[in-house]
Amino acid sequence: MPGYLMIESRDPFDSGDFAAYLALAEGLAKAGHKVTLFLVQNGVLPARHGARSGTLAALAANGVEVLADSFSLSERGISPNRLVPGIKAAPLDVAVDRLADGCKALWH
Amino acid sequence: MKTLSIIETAYRATLEEQDDPVVWIIHALKGAGAEQAVVLRANAVNYAVKAQGVPLLAFGARQQKHGPRVAESVAGLIGKGVEVHVVSDDLVERGLQDEELVSDLRMIRGTDLPKLCAGYDLVWHW
Amino acid sequence: MKDRKTLTFLLMDAPFENARTTTALRLIDIAARRGYDINVFAYEGAVCLPFAGQKQHANAVHGHDVMQEDHPLPREWVEAVVQEAARNGGRVDWVNCGLCVDERGAFDSVAGVRRGSPADFWKMATSSHNTLVIATK
Repeated sequence: MPGYLMIESRDPFDSGDFAAYLALAEGLAKAGHKVTLFLVQNGVLPARHGARSGTLAALAANGVEVLADSFSLSERGISPNRLVPGIKAAPLDVAVDRLADGCKALWH
Repeated sequence: MKTLSIIETAYRATLEEQDDPVVWIIHALKGAGAEQAVVLRANAVNYAVKAQGVPLLAFGARQQKHGPRVAESVAGLIGKGVEVHVVSDDLVERGLQDEELVSDLRMIRGTDLPKLCAGYDLVWHW
Repeated sequence: MKDRKTLTFLLMDAPFENARTTTALRLIDIAARRGYDINVFAYEGAVCLPFAGQKQHANAVHGHDVMQEDHPLPREWVEAVVQEAARNGGRVDWVNCGLCVDERGAFDSVAGVRRGSPADFWKMATSSHNTLVIATK
């Protein structure tokens, strides 16, 4: 079963809908699906260690694979070694891998 | 192949386009034979409100002939057999009551979305 | 070499307005380098991405003339990914939504772009391994 690729380009500082999208990711994981939440663009801002991003850490702890686009991190001066625990930097190629694998793909 | 379109963005270009472009393309895809369903969530739940409408725009002497009729467009999808779900949590948050909405919507909670997504081959988020 | 796949993307953003454009093209470029077959349905403002009339300009703030500035143009990026896919044994089928072209006057597109309709998007989606909709906000 391929699972879900959920790309998040928005951030909680700008979008009130960020929380609802993450809640969907959590719900899908709790329902037994493999979920990859791939943060891109400003979506990586809450991945910075120390940012107000309790939800992301909780998601990672609850079995969602949370990845942050290396390019977007670099663009914003966020070190891949200084991310919220449980979040990993990854090249955008991984998103294409998930697409090619047939994961149901959503973009927010 | 069954697709589920989750619509979140609302009133982005509805005045210029005289339609919501996402609701419009779902009508067009239905015409092309697509088997689909829709979820209205976040601000897009307002698309189900019957009482919405605007006076026609006029810029100088240029008068618009047709304004957007989004609620009718949503009702039209239902009329064509497209299931239209609405996230009730988002209605409550926005102070909307059932009697203000078009008929035959399917109410769901936000927590119902994962189960709904599982029933479709493709899930598109707009 | 990854197995050849067919991926479909629906884009909506006009050029120079949002970071979604560059992320979308990065995804498409990765797929092109893998030699995938790639369908792009350009809807709404995205029909302007391959618009042939885009022109570079100088940048007086940075003291650059046109050549020094070498300003990126989305139409060049579209052409480049089309060529990249072909170079790797794949292809890009870029379809501009015709009604969106009409209302924006974006008739003149670079080579490799054709005019179509939502019916084309449905054909693409049903004949691909996967489809990603990148909607505008």
